[in-house]
Amino acid sequence: MATVALSSIAKSFGSTRVLGGVDLDIADGEFLTLVGPSGCGKSTLIRIIAGLEHQDAGGVAIGGAPVDHLRPHERRVAMVFQSYALYPHMTVRANIGLPLTMSRLRLWQRLPLLRLLSAQRRRVMRYIDADVAAVAGQLQLDHLLDRKPAQLSGGQRQRVALGRAMVRSPEVFLMDEPLSNLDAKLRVHMRTELAELHKRLGATFIYVTHDQVEAMTMSDRVAMMDAGSILQLGAPSELYERPASLKVAQFIGSPAINLLPATVGSSGRIELFGRPLALSAPLAQGQAVTLGVRCEALSLLHGDSAGPGRAWFSARLRRKENLGSEYILHFDLAGRDAAGVTMRASPAVAAGVNEAAEVTLGFDEAACHVFDADGARVEPRSPGGATGSVVPLRAWP
Amino acid sequence: MSLAASSSIASAAAAPPSIGRRLLLERLTGLGFAMPAFVLLMLTILLPLAVLLVLSLSNYEFGGVDMDWVGLANYQKALADPVIRRSLWNTLLYVAIVVPGGVLGALLIAVLVHRRSRTRSLYEVAYFLPVTSTLIAMATVWQFLLHPTLGPVNGVLKWLGVGSIAFLSEPSTALATLAVIGVWQLLGFNMILFLAGLTAIPRDLYEAADIDGCSGGLDRFLTITWPLLGPTTMFVLVTTMITAFKVFDTVAVMTRGGPVGSTEVLLYNVYLEGFQYFHTGYAAALTFIFLAFILVFSAVQTFALDKKVHY
Repeated sequence: MATVALSSIAKSFGSTRVLGGVDLDIADGEFLTLVGPSGCGKSTLIRIIAGLEHQDAGGVAIGGAPVDHLRPHERRVAMVFQSYALYPHMTVRANIGLPLTMSRLRLWQRLPLLRLLSAQRRRVMRYIDADVAAVAGQLQLDHLLDRKPAQLSGGQRQRVALGRAMVRSPEVFLMDEPLSNLDAKLRVHMRTELAELHKRLGATFIYVTHDQVEAMTMSDRVAMMDAGSILQLGAPSELYERPASLKVAQFIGSPAINLLPATVGSSGRIELFGRPLALSAPLAQGQAVTLGVRCEALSLLHGDSAGPGRAWFSARLRRKENLGSEYILHFDLAGRDAAGVTMRASPAVAAGVNEAAEVTLGFDEAACHVFDADGARVEPRSPGGATGSVVPLRAWP
Repeated sequence: MSLAASSSIASAAAAPPSIGRRLLLERLTGLGFAMPAFVLLMLTILLPLAVLLVLSLSNYEFGGVDMDWVGLANYQKALADPVIRRSLWNTLLYVAIVVPGGVLGALLIAVLVHRRSRTRSLYEVAYFLPVTSTLIAMATVWQFLLHPTLGPVNGVLKWLGVGSIAFLSEPSTALATLAVIGVWQLLGFNMILFLAGLTAIPRDLYEAADIDGCSGGLDRFLTITWPLLGPTTMFVLVTTMITAFKVFDTVAVMTRGGPVGSTEVLLYNVYLEGFQYFHTGYAAALTFIFLAFILVFSAVQTFALDKKVHY
């Protein structure tokens, strides 16, 4: 088993800088996900680890040893491609077995005609077939071994690609958006299968995806990338609960986080729509900040539930989305020059809101994230903290 | 169709048409659609073939006013004629050199050119030039190049100490020389076909192969390139073979079948019999023999390879 260490990896394609000095240490047996919007450099990074691209600067070490001079197959990594990259003219058996025929047979034993001369070949092929059968059994592919990829469904092809990766028992699995060609239901199923496979094999998994749900559900740690660098690295819950920047906050979470424009008022107190909150930020007066509020942090306020530490604003219901167990409510901010907000609500709460009715939404100030004008996270001083004075909000209309 | 459609509408308005009537109308509409293509096929291919067949069974001579039926005498004569046998043998020999040379050579060039990024179009143009240039004009150049005393090829051979070779006037080398010219002329076209096939192979297959340890040039070629070029190879093989069977222009221009009949090929004999000696009936029989050869070879190749090719 192996650790993977990347040190200041840089890569440009022509004049386009794709990676700008990425450092990343991945522990042995870890499931690490590189997540980010398309074009953020995550696929290039995984291809550099695989050896399919060469970095302009920096180094890759696997298991503590530098591998920059090694060809892809010498790096003891396996890769699953987005397109699966199965050999279309070979059976499933031959597809899964190819890495083994390459490593266990000599060149002349693989050549047409000449290979017929080798008595040893038959014995080796028997061992290979046994190994392939073992892997196929783990992935429930036993009955498909003699089919060709074109005769398989998307999910089966995906499993063949996994099998081809597993058969060499590599120390590091690299996966480049392996689930993005599957339909929604199968994707959910394969998420569970992949997570279980990781647990069973105990190998290091490096997983690239643009789907934050995949990142959140499977990973030990997530590295959120944008524009060729890692914005934040941490456990999924850390990225969700303490996003280091506006971009991370926007990318992680579904529905997307609500962003409310606010300003820094006198004595650093943050003002939302002209009303001062109990929060204050160590920023100059008059600076614009953005408040990030998760949709589950929002709630409908009635006259008595506003109070210290709760911010509020009025909004108008635009649309209800029924997800069965819950509703997603979409609100327009009444008379504000800001994007709408979304809120998670139980069916009972949703039933009480009428379309186009104006309501008051509130959130616990401690649950909101504050970002400065550059999008960097600002730790607000919470009410009762450094400022000391708690001003009760009493501006109820 | 509009006619059929409107009449079916009219009958629908009058009374519900019977199913049999509707079927008949549908069939007539279908025939109407197939008619133009069928007529063209008749006029341009089937009818001339029929005329050819009729002529081959007669002793018709070009410009003659009457002819007699001779049955299969023309065919019997052709198969017994030592000149025709020799030209058949020469044609097969020519095909046996041009097909492997033209297919494997083009494949090799395509694989080499495919990897070039900046110089690729330069090579493509260079190899494709012989296809675009008229062979009659290029034959003059070849004749000069291979001339026993004036030609630069023999100049080089002499300098190397091999001594001069009269490529086109020596019975032992003339046919092979023509075959080399035939290969030269075919390479460019076949290369373009192979390049198209190579471009269609997904890049990530090679990347997957790299990771699976299949990274040597020979391994990559045998594991991925060659199998996935199967359909292209089959097409190139069959068209090259047909082109090779049809060899005529180099023979007519450069050797006229000589020296001592060593480059007489089937089509050149057809030309001689039909256009020089005006034995139209006999030439028609020779043409049928020629067509039969092409048909048999193409069919054998197609059926033999079709099972092995992955589409």
